[in-house]
Amino acid sequence: MVKNLLVRGMLAGLAAAALALVFAWIFGEPQVGAAIALEGHTPHGGHDPVATVPEAGADDGPVSRTVQSTIGLAAAVGVYGVAVGGIFALVFALVYGRLGAFGARATAALLAVGAFVTVSLVPFLKYPANPPAVGHPDTIGRRTALYVTFVTIVVLLGVGAVLLERWLARRYRNADAAVLAVVAFLAAVTAAALLMPGVEELPAEFPAGLLWRFRLASIGTHALLWSGMGLFFGLLAERLLTPSAIRANAPSTV
Amino acid sequence: MAQPAISHPRSVPLSIPVRDVLPWAIFAGVLALALIYFVGAEQGATSLISGDLVHEFVHDGRHLLGFPCH
Repeated sequence: MVKNLLVRGMLAGLAAAALALVFAWIFGEPQVGAAIALEGHTPHGGHDPVATVPEAGADDGPVSRTVQSTIGLAAAVGVYGVAVGGIFALVFALVYGRLGAFGARATAALLAVGAFVTVSLVPFLKYPANPPAVGHPDTIGRRTALYVTFVTIVVLLGVGAVLLERWLARRYRNADAAVLAVVAFLAAVTAAALLMPGVEELPAEFPAGLLWRFRLASIGTHALLWSGMGLFFGLLAERLLTPSAIRANAPSTV
Repeated sequence: MAQPAISHPRSVPLSIPVRDVLPWAIFAGVLALALIYFVGAEQGATSLISGDLVHEFVHDGRHLLGFPCH
Protein backbone atom coordinates (compact mmCIF):
# COMPACT_ATOMS: atom_id res chain seq x y z
CA MET A 1 0.00 0.00 0.00
CA VAL A 2 2.67 2.50 1.02
CA LYS A 3 4.98 1.46 -1.83
CA ASN A 4 2.09 1.86 -4.26
CA LEU A 5 1.29 5.34 -2.90
CA LEU A 6 4.97 6.31 -3.11
CA VAL A 7 5.15 5.36 -6.80
CA ARG A 8 1.95 7.28 -7.48
CA GLY A 9 3.34 10.31 -5.64
CA MET A 10 6.49 10.29 -7.75
CA LEU A 11 4.42 9.99 -10.94
CA ALA A 12 2.09 12.80 -9.83
CA GLY A 13 5.18 14.90 -9.00
CA LEU A 14 6.61 14.31 -12.46
CA ALA A 15 3.31 15.27 -14.14
CA ALA A 16 2.98 18.37 -11.94
CA ALA A 17 6.60 19.28 -12.73
CA ALA A 18 5.82 19.07 -16.46
CA LEU A 19 2.97 21.55 -15.91
CA ALA A 20 5.19 23.85 -13.84
CA LEU A 21 8.00 23.54 -16.38
CA VAL A 22 5.86 24.87 -19.24
CA PHE A 23 4.90 27.86 -17.07
CA ALA A 24 8.48 28.46 -15.92
CA TRP A 25 9.78 28.25 -19.45
CA ILE A 26 7.21 30.67 -20.90
CA PHE A 27 7.06 33.19 -18.03
CA GLY A 28 10.29 32.66 -16.09
CA GLU A 29 13.01 32.18 -18.68
CA PRO A 30 12.63 35.63 -20.31
CA GLN A 31 13.17 37.22 -16.87
CA VAL A 32 16.20 35.01 -16.12
CA GLY A 33 17.69 35.95 -19.50
CA ALA A 34 17.04 39.67 -18.95
CA ALA A 35 18.58 39.53 -15.46
CA ILE A 36 21.70 37.74 -16.77
CA ALA A 37 22.03 40.48 -19.39
CA LEU A 38 22.32 42.98 -16.50
CA GLU A 39 24.88 40.83 -14.74
CA GLY A 40 27.87 41.93 -16.80
CA HIS A 41 29.31 44.16 -14.08
CA THR A 42 28.93 41.49 -11.42
CA PRO A 43 32.02 39.29 -11.34
CA HIS A 44 30.67 35.76 -11.30
CA GLY A 45 32.02 32.84 -13.25
CA GLY A 46 29.68 31.28 -15.73
CA HIS A 47 27.70 34.42 -16.47
CA ASP A 48 28.52 36.77 -19.27
CA PRO A 49 26.25 39.25 -21.06
CA VAL A 50 27.31 37.66 -24.34
CA ALA A 51 25.73 34.42 -23.23
CA THR A 52 22.23 35.91 -23.28
CA VAL A 53 22.16 35.32 -27.00
CA PRO A 54 21.44 31.60 -26.92
CA GLU A 55 22.55 31.11 -30.50
CA ALA A 56 26.09 32.08 -31.49
CA GLY A 57 27.41 29.09 -29.55
CA ALA A 58 27.36 30.97 -26.28
CA ASP A 59 29.62 28.61 -24.40
CA ASP A 60 30.75 30.78 -21.53
CA GLY A 61 30.85 28.21 -18.76
CA PRO A 62 30.66 24.45 -18.46
CA VAL A 63 26.97 24.67 -19.45
CA SER A 64 25.67 26.94 -22.19
CA ARG A 65 22.63 29.21 -21.73
CA THR A 66 20.72 27.08 -24.24
CA VAL A 67 21.22 23.97 -22.10
CA GLN A 68 20.54 25.87 -18.85
CA SER A 69 17.24 27.27 -20.08
CA THR A 70 15.94 23.99 -21.57
CA ILE A 71 17.14 20.60 -20.33
CA GLY A 72 18.82 22.14 -17.28
CA LEU A 73 15.57 23.78 -16.22
CA ALA A 74 13.59 20.63 -17.08
CA ALA A 75 15.97 18.42 -15.07
CA ALA A 76 15.89 20.73 -12.05
CA VAL A 77 12.10 21.07 -11.99
CA GLY A 78 11.61 17.37 -12.83
CA VAL A 79 13.92 16.07 -10.09
CA TYR A 80 12.39 18.51 -7.61
CA GLY A 81 8.87 17.37 -8.62
CA VAL A 82 9.66 13.66 -8.24
CA ALA A 83 11.36 14.24 -4.88
CA VAL A 84 8.61 16.38 -3.36
CA GLY A 85 6.04 14.02 -4.93
CA GLY A 86 7.55 11.12 -3.00
CA ILE A 87 7.50 13.09 0.26
CA PHE A 88 3.95 14.23 -0.53
CA ALA A 89 2.80 10.61 -0.91
CA LEU A 90 4.39 9.59 2.40
CA VAL A 91 2.82 12.50 4.28
CA PHE A 92 -0.47 11.58 2.60
CA ALA A 93 -0.08 7.99 3.84
CA LEU A 94 0.33 9.34 7.38
CA VAL A 95 -2.60 11.78 7.35
CA TYR A 96 -5.13 9.85 5.22
CA GLY A 97 -8.08 8.94 7.43
CA ARG A 98 -6.69 10.97 10.32
CA LEU A 99 -7.94 14.44 9.33
CA GLY A 100 -11.64 13.66 9.59
CA ALA A 101 -14.04 12.31 6.98
CA PHE A 102 -12.04 13.40 3.93
CA GLY A 103 -11.68 11.01 1.00
CA ALA A 104 -8.48 10.49 -0.97
CA ARG A 105 -8.93 13.40 -3.37
CA ALA A 106 -9.97 15.89 -0.69
CA THR A 107 -7.05 14.82 1.51
CA ALA A 108 -4.64 15.26 -1.41
CA ALA A 109 -6.09 18.69 -2.22
CA LEU A 110 -5.85 19.85 1.42
CA LEU A 111 -2.30 18.53 1.65
CA ALA A 112 -1.35 20.35 -1.55
CA VAL A 113 -2.72 23.64 -0.20
CA GLY A 114 -0.84 23.09 3.05
CA ALA A 115 2.38 22.24 1.21
CA PHE A 116 2.10 25.29 -1.05
CA VAL A 117 1.56 27.60 1.92
CA THR A 118 4.27 26.15 4.18
CA VAL A 119 6.95 25.09 1.67
CA SER A 120 6.48 27.78 -1.00
CA LEU A 121 4.31 30.80 -0.16
CA VAL A 122 5.34 31.76 3.39
CA PRO A 123 9.09 31.22 2.78
CA PHE A 124 8.68 33.21 -0.46
CA LEU A 125 7.18 36.14 1.48
CA LYS A 126 10.14 36.22 3.90
CA TYR A 127 12.99 35.23 1.55
CA PRO A 128 11.64 35.84 -1.98
CA ALA A 129 13.19 34.20 -5.03
CA ASN A 130 15.90 36.32 -6.62
CA PRO A 131 16.94 36.47 -10.27
CA PRO A 132 20.59 36.31 -11.35
CA ALA A 133 22.51 39.54 -10.63
CA VAL A 134 20.83 39.82 -7.20
CA GLY A 135 22.72 38.62 -4.13
CA HIS A 136 26.42 38.53 -3.24
CA PRO A 137 28.16 35.20 -3.93
CA ASP A 138 29.96 35.63 -0.57
CA THR A 139 26.74 35.37 1.46
CA ILE A 140 25.32 32.29 -0.31
CA GLY A 141 26.03 30.08 2.71
CA ARG A 142 24.23 32.35 5.14
CA ARG A 143 21.29 32.93 2.80
CA THR A 144 20.86 29.21 2.13
CA ALA A 145 21.03 28.42 5.85
CA LEU A 146 18.42 31.08 6.65
CA TYR A 147 16.15 29.85 3.86
CA VAL A 148 16.33 26.18 4.84
CA THR A 149 15.88 27.06 8.53
CA PHE A 150 12.82 29.17 7.80
CA VAL A 151 11.20 26.52 5.55
CA THR A 152 11.76 23.95 8.32
CA ILE A 153 10.24 26.26 10.97
CA VAL A 154 7.18 27.04 8.82
CA VAL A 155 6.59 23.34 7.99
CA LEU A 156 6.84 22.45 11.70
CA LEU A 157 4.41 25.30 12.57
CA GLY A 158 2.07 23.92 9.89
CA VAL A 159 2.22 20.46 11.46
CA GLY A 160 1.58 22.09 14.83
CA ALA A 161 -1.45 23.93 13.42
CA VAL A 162 -2.92 20.64 12.13
CA LEU A 163 -2.40 18.95 15.53
CA LEU A 164 -3.97 22.00 17.22
CA GLU A 165 -6.95 21.79 14.86
CA ARG A 166 -7.44 18.08 15.64
CA TRP A 167 -7.31 18.84 19.39
CA LEU A 168 -9.72 21.81 19.12
CA ALA A 169 -12.09 19.76 16.94
CA ARG A 170 -12.85 17.55 19.94
CA ARG A 171 -14.13 20.60 21.86
CA TYR A 172 -15.56 22.91 19.21
CA ARG A 173 -17.21 22.56 15.83
CA ASN A 174 -14.89 21.61 12.97
CA ALA A 175 -15.17 24.99 11.21
CA ASP A 176 -14.37 26.91 14.42
CA ALA A 177 -11.42 24.64 15.15
CA ALA A 178 -10.09 25.16 11.61
CA VAL A 179 -10.39 28.96 11.81
CA LEU A 180 -8.68 29.06 15.22
CA ALA A 181 -5.85 26.84 13.96
CA VAL A 182 -5.34 29.03 10.86
CA VAL A 183 -5.23 32.19 13.01
CA ALA A 184 -2.72 30.55 15.38
CA PHE A 185 -0.61 29.45 12.40
CA LEU A 186 -0.60 32.96 10.89
CA ALA A 187 0.37 34.51 14.24
CA ALA A 188 3.18 32.03 14.82
CA VAL A 189 4.51 32.35 11.26
CA THR A 190 4.44 36.16 11.46
CA ALA A 191 6.37 36.06 14.74
CA ALA A 192 8.93 33.67 13.24
CA ALA A 193 9.35 35.87 10.15
CA LEU A 194 9.87 38.97 12.32
CA LEU A 195 12.45 37.20 14.49
CA MET A 196 14.47 35.81 11.58
CA PRO A 197 17.09 38.19 10.11
CA GLY A 198 16.28 39.73 6.74
CA VAL A 199 18.36 39.65 3.57
CA GLU A 200 18.82 43.00 1.82
CA GLU A 201 21.12 42.51 -1.14
CA LEU A 202 19.14 44.01 -3.98
CA PRO A 203 21.29 46.38 -6.06
CA ALA A 204 19.69 49.85 -6.11
CA GLU A 205 19.84 49.97 -9.90
CA PHE A 206 18.09 46.62 -10.47
CA PRO A 207 14.85 47.19 -12.47
CA ALA A 208 11.80 46.84 -10.18
CA GLY A 209 9.57 45.63 -13.02
CA LEU A 210 11.95 42.83 -13.93
CA LEU A 211 12.23 41.76 -10.28
CA TRP A 212 8.43 41.72 -9.93
CA ARG A 213 7.94 39.65 -13.10
CA PHE A 214 10.64 37.18 -12.06
CA ARG A 215 9.10 36.71 -8.61
CA LEU A 216 5.60 36.32 -10.06
CA ALA A 217 6.96 33.64 -12.40
CA SER A 218 8.68 31.91 -9.47
CA ILE A 219 5.64 31.77 -7.18
CA GLY A 220 3.44 30.88 -10.18
CA THR A 221 5.70 27.91 -10.90
CA HIS A 222 5.30 26.75 -7.30
CA ALA A 223 1.53 27.25 -7.41
CA LEU A 224 1.24 25.13 -10.55
CA LEU A 225 3.52 22.44 -9.13
CA TRP A 226 1.43 22.03 -5.98
CA SER A 227 -1.92 22.36 -7.79
CA GLY A 228 -0.85 19.62 -10.18
CA MET A 229 0.41 17.52 -7.29
CA GLY A 230 -2.89 17.71 -5.40
CA LEU A 231 -4.94 17.04 -8.51
CA PHE A 232 -2.91 14.22 -10.07
CA PHE A 233 -2.06 12.48 -6.81
CA GLY A 234 -5.69 12.73 -5.67
CA LEU A 235 -6.85 10.98 -8.83
CA LEU A 236 -4.17 8.26 -8.62
CA ALA A 237 -4.64 7.68 -4.88
CA GLU A 238 -8.41 7.47 -5.16
CA ARG A 239 -8.13 4.65 -7.71
CA LEU A 240 -5.94 2.77 -5.24
CA LEU A 241 -7.80 3.48 -1.99
CA THR A 242 -11.45 3.61 -3.03
CA PRO A 243 -12.99 0.49 -4.65
CA SER A 244 -14.62 1.27 -7.97
CA ALA A 245 -18.08 0.28 -6.68
CA ILE A 246 -18.00 3.08 -4.13
CA ARG A 247 -16.69 5.59 -6.64
CA ALA A 248 -19.57 4.70 -8.98
CA ASN A 249 -22.15 5.01 -6.19
CA ALA A 250 -20.82 8.23 -4.72
CA PRO A 251 -19.65 10.54 -7.49
CA SER A 252 -20.05 13.51 -5.17
CA THR A 253 -17.47 12.17 -2.71
CA VAL A 254 -14.36 14.13 -3.49
CA MET B 1 -1.99 -3.79 5.09
CA ALA B 2 -4.86 -1.36 5.52
CA GLN B 3 -7.91 -1.51 3.33
CA PRO B 4 -10.30 1.41 2.94
CA ALA B 5 -13.69 1.15 4.54
CA ILE B 6 -16.29 -0.32 2.20
CA SER B 7 -19.37 -0.36 4.43
CA HIS B 8 -20.75 3.02 3.39
CA PRO B 9 -19.68 5.65 0.86
CA ARG B 10 -19.67 8.37 3.53
CA SER B 11 -17.75 6.42 6.13
CA VAL B 12 -14.44 7.76 7.40
CA PRO B 13 -11.61 6.06 5.49
CA LEU B 14 -9.39 3.68 7.45
CA SER B 15 -5.95 5.09 8.04
CA ILE B 16 -2.68 3.31 7.22
CA PRO B 17 -0.82 2.10 10.34
CA VAL B 18 2.16 4.33 11.13
CA ARG B 19 4.48 1.31 11.43
CA ASP B 20 3.72 0.49 7.77
CA VAL B 21 4.61 4.02 6.65
CA LEU B 22 7.68 4.66 8.81
CA PRO B 23 10.32 2.53 6.98
CA TRP B 24 9.28 4.05 3.65
CA ALA B 25 9.15 7.55 5.12
CA ILE B 26 12.70 7.27 6.46
CA PHE B 27 14.27 5.63 3.40
CA ALA B 28 12.48 7.53 0.63
CA GLY B 29 12.49 10.74 2.69
CA VAL B 30 16.28 10.69 2.94
CA LEU B 31 16.62 9.97 -0.80
CA ALA B 32 14.17 12.75 -1.68
CA LEU B 33 15.96 15.27 0.54
CA ALA B 34 19.27 14.32 -1.12
CA LEU B 35 17.72 14.98 -4.54
CA ILE B 36 16.34 18.34 -3.38
CA TYR B 37 19.80 19.19 -2.00
CA PHE B 38 21.38 18.58 -5.41
CA VAL B 39 18.78 20.74 -7.16
CA GLY B 40 18.79 23.45 -4.50
CA ALA B 41 22.17 23.82 -2.85
CA GLU B 42 25.03 21.65 -4.26
CA GLN B 43 27.96 23.76 -5.48
CA GLY B 44 26.24 26.79 -4.02
CA ALA B 45 26.23 26.97 -0.25
CA THR B 46 28.17 23.71 0.08
CA SER B 47 30.04 21.54 -2.42
CA LEU B 48 30.29 17.75 -2.32
CA ILE B 49 31.52 17.60 -5.90
CA SER B 50 34.22 20.05 -7.01
CA GLY B 51 33.62 22.42 -9.91
CA ASP B 52 30.38 24.14 -10.89
CA LEU B 53 28.82 21.72 -13.38
CA VAL B 54 25.84 20.80 -11.15
CA HIS B 55 25.31 24.45 -10.22
CA GLU B 56 25.40 25.63 -13.82
CA PHE B 57 23.20 22.79 -15.11
CA VAL B 58 20.32 23.35 -12.65
CA HIS B 59 21.02 27.14 -12.55
CA ASP B 60 17.73 28.41 -14.02
CA GLY B 61 15.59 25.94 -12.10
CA ARG B 62 17.35 26.85 -8.85
CA HIS B 63 16.58 30.55 -9.39
CA LEU B 64 12.95 29.98 -10.42
CA LEU B 65 12.28 27.48 -7.61
CA GLY B 66 13.39 30.17 -5.16
CA PHE B 67 16.59 28.66 -3.77
CA PRO B 68 19.37 31.14 -3.02
CA CYS B 69 21.70 30.66 -5.99
CA HIS B 70 24.61 33.08 -5.92
